[in-house]
Amino acid sequence: MPAVQETVDQVRSLDVDQYKYGFFTEIETEKAPKGLTEDTVRFISAKKNEPEWMLEWRLEAFRRWLTMREPDWARVSYPPIDYQDLYYYSAPKRPSELSIDDIDPEILATYAKLGIPLRERDALLGIASGGTKVAVDAVFDSVSVATTFKEELSKAGVIFMPISEAVREHPELVKKYLGSVVPVTDNYFATLNSAVFSDGSFVYVPKGVRCPMELSTYFRINERNTGQFERTLIIADEGAYVSYLEGCTAPQRDENQLHAAVVELVALDDAEIKYSTVQNWYPGDKDGKGGIFNFVTKRGDCRGDRSKISWTQVETGSAITWKYPSCILRGDNSQGEFYSIAISNGRQQVDSGTKMIHLGKNTSSRIISKGIAAGYSDNTYRGLVSAHRKATGARNFTNCDSLLIGDKCGAHTVPYIESKNSSAQFEHEATTSKISDDQLFYCRQRGLDPEEATALIVNGFVKDVLQQLPMEFAVEAQKLIAVSLEGSVG
Amino acid sequence: MNADIRPIRTPAEQAILASLDAVPAGTDRLADLRRAAARSFEEHGLPHRRVEEWKYTDLRSLMREAVPVAGSAAVAEADARARLLRGVEARRIVIANGAVVPELSDLADLEEGLTLTTLKAAMEAGDEVLSRIGGIVPSRYDASLALNTALSRDGVVITVAPGAKIARPVHVAHVFASAGAAAMYARSLVVVGAGASFTYAESFEGPDGLAYQANSATEFTVGDGAHLDVVRLQEEGASAFHLSTLLFDVGRDSQVHAFTFGLGAAVARTTLYATLSGEDSHVGFNGATLLKGRQHADSTLFLDHQVPGCESRELFKTVLDDNARGVFQGKIVVRQAAQKTDGRMMSRALVLGDEAEMDNKPELEIFADDVQCGHGATCGAIDDELLFYLRARGIPMKEAQSLLVQAFVGEAIETIEHDGLREALVERAEAWLAARA
Repeated sequence: MPAVQETVDQVRSLDVDQYKYGFFTEIETEKAPKGLTEDTVRFISAKKNEPEWMLEWRLEAFRRWLTMREPDWARVSYPPIDYQDLYYYSAPKRPSELSIDDIDPEILATYAKLGIPLRERDALLGIASGGTKVAVDAVFDSVSVATTFKEELSKAGVIFMPISEAVREHPELVKKYLGSVVPVTDNYFATLNSAVFSDGSFVYVPKGVRCPMELSTYFRINERNTGQFERTLIIADEGAYVSYLEGCTAPQRDENQLHAAVVELVALDDAEIKYSTVQNWYPGDKDGKGGIFNFVTKRGDCRGDRSKISWTQVETGSAITWKYPSCILRGDNSQGEFYSIAISNGRQQVDSGTKMIHLGKNTSSRIISKGIAAGYSDNTYRGLVSAHRKATGARNFTNCDSLLIGDKCGAHTVPYIESKNSSAQFEHEATTSKISDDQLFYCRQRGLDPEEATALIVNGFVKDVLQQLPMEFAVEAQKLIAVSLEGSVG
Repeated sequence: MNADIRPIRTPAEQAILASLDAVPAGTDRLADLRRAAARSFEEHGLPHRRVEEWKYTDLRSLMREAVPVAGSAAVAEADARARLLRGVEARRIVIANGAVVPELSDLADLEEGLTLTTLKAAMEAGDEVLSRIGGIVPSRYDASLALNTALSRDGVVITVAPGAKIARPVHVAHVFASAGAAAMYARSLVVVGAGASFTYAESFEGPDGLAYQANSATEFTVGDGAHLDVVRLQEEGASAFHLSTLLFDVGRDSQVHAFTFGLGAAVARTTLYATLSGEDSHVGFNGATLLKGRQHADSTLFLDHQVPGCESRELFKTVLDDNARGVFQGKIVVRQAAQKTDGRMMSRALVLGDEAEMDNKPELEIFADDVQCGHGATCGAIDDELLFYLRARGIPMKEAQSLLVQAFVGEAIETIEHDGLREALVERAEAWLAARA
């Protein structure tokens, strides 16, 4: 069954020419010389006043990167990237770490325009009118420009700061955990990131602490010809809980910009991390000119027993998305979750999914993925579920649906399901919308017409994913997902 | 790790390359095909785990050595060894060591509308039907098929005239009958005319303890409104290497059902390619694989929906005991033109052995917006509740397991239309379970 009109309209409203965040902020910046050499790495490290061990770590990654080859297995195609034609570091000239009033007003205005208040009093105003309190780390090109509610968080013992600061202030934590989930040599883009990452957020939630507010990072690419390489590291110590949100936008340009981030999550015994992303990088124009190449490595390690990591993502932006937020279920009874909605329009190419690697006993994972392709786009779900020899009692449930709008786009599903343990139980399904006749009958009996009944049932179904999102994002995402999954295909 | 790896040729590759030198010269189309296949093997070699289609069946490391191409088999020996499906009422053709054995084959008194000859005879006679060979070309290089194209010398060539209804199945029994390990290659062609109906059975067997290598490829061209049933039973010797390819080109309004049953071989890989090139056809590809010990079996399917309105159904069941490893890869491609496609693919694995491994990769690639496609994959042990139910009724553990496994595999075997063949396969499944208990 083809997609219903309502769905078509909703997806149209997200089409590439409707991009709202494409403006550019005129601002004085300081950049590293173009290109990538050992000197660039040293330059970035020096800019950040990094200790010697950090520089060594970067250089080792850089040397390794030189021997690697760009991966080509994903279902995406793009012209070769000239890694020497990029700026690897770009920062606003005005110092910003001192106080909020030192931040270039242009930047404050930029974030205000994006709906992100950087002044705590503005944020509190928002709360007075019904919102919840969210601490924000704002990353502008290569540096973090502001981190809000730092003090209030530190009272609870939560460390929330730019990673460049953490390297200096909490080297023991950074040393212990950085690269322990995504090793330096993990893949081409992660290795590149390890060499040149400039900023990102660092979160440490101590034992038994439930983080008092939502944490979030807002990434903005502004400068021309720059790549953004941020690195996020979140550690939830025993019994801790943290919810983290991430948002991203970029100006409208007819060149492609590279975004190669690494996100590492570590959950110790009984800890829980919830990581939500609304990814809205500039997707390029109608003919596929410009847009962000979003090559991201995200991985969570459920290191402790009974730990839990949950990924939720709403993907609408980027010219190319290459991203597989994964969970390593190492601890016994640990849980991993992945909820994803990916919408592609224009000439966008999405190759995204997850990996659930079951290592511990009685681990469980759940994957819910919905892909919607329109225009000339290609939308691929690629996922791995694996149980190793010792993963007794592993459980997985996977459900991926996709929907095509128009006959020039493509939707693909490439799941890998590998089981090495006889007691592991894996179920994978990718089917057309499963609205049961019983449910429809029930609704229609109460006077709803078929369209209404379908919408009601579908909304109830999608809520499964939506309710995983924190409030602030749920509203935004609701608009994105108020699309019927009628006529979806596996 | 992403470095470009071009390893040196393995001993097996070297041996195969040496045997490729024996590809005869010639100027006809078949000779050209063979040379092209030999060249592509020279270029790509044996696939390894970085070649996506062979990710779980790494031929380069599994095929330690290549054995020489087998010589002809003694008739008595071939006769004694070809045991499978003997009880089924069918026209029987025996292919021993890759060559048809006329003494054991029922080539005379053909039904009206049925033409049956050997590939060798057809080549000698310059039979026009051979122009169909190599008609279905996989989109990617396939080492198993390339080797078959380059090295096969014989097989059967069957033509069913338009409108002919051939009730009696043709059973092609492949058997390995030499004292030493060797490789055999057979290539067959089945052309079913418009509106015809036909049942084709294939069996594969050989002695245990001999590391022989069997490679077979069969091409099926199915005309408009035709009906074709294919049943395959693979029960190669415990040390054997089995590579086979089935290729289907399906015309309009036709019905094709194929069932592949795998019990044997140390390493087995069956690749099935189906191109749906005529509208409103229905295809069903089902299979069951029962493995024990250290067996490795791989079922791979490529289904290409090129035209609107076709329906495809796949159901694959795998039972894994001991340290066995099962692989299922299925890919359904729905082209832009193939609106109103209805495709469903299901792979279910039952894991009995603690050390067994199952790898599933059900893939969808969809370019049309008005289609219904779905796939599912499950993998797990026998349901404890079901076992408990049976045991509470006094059925011993092993027997309860057998009953449940039988029911599990039975669901797939039930889809076979021909009574005799279905019963023969049920009997093989029961024998497998009995040997286990």
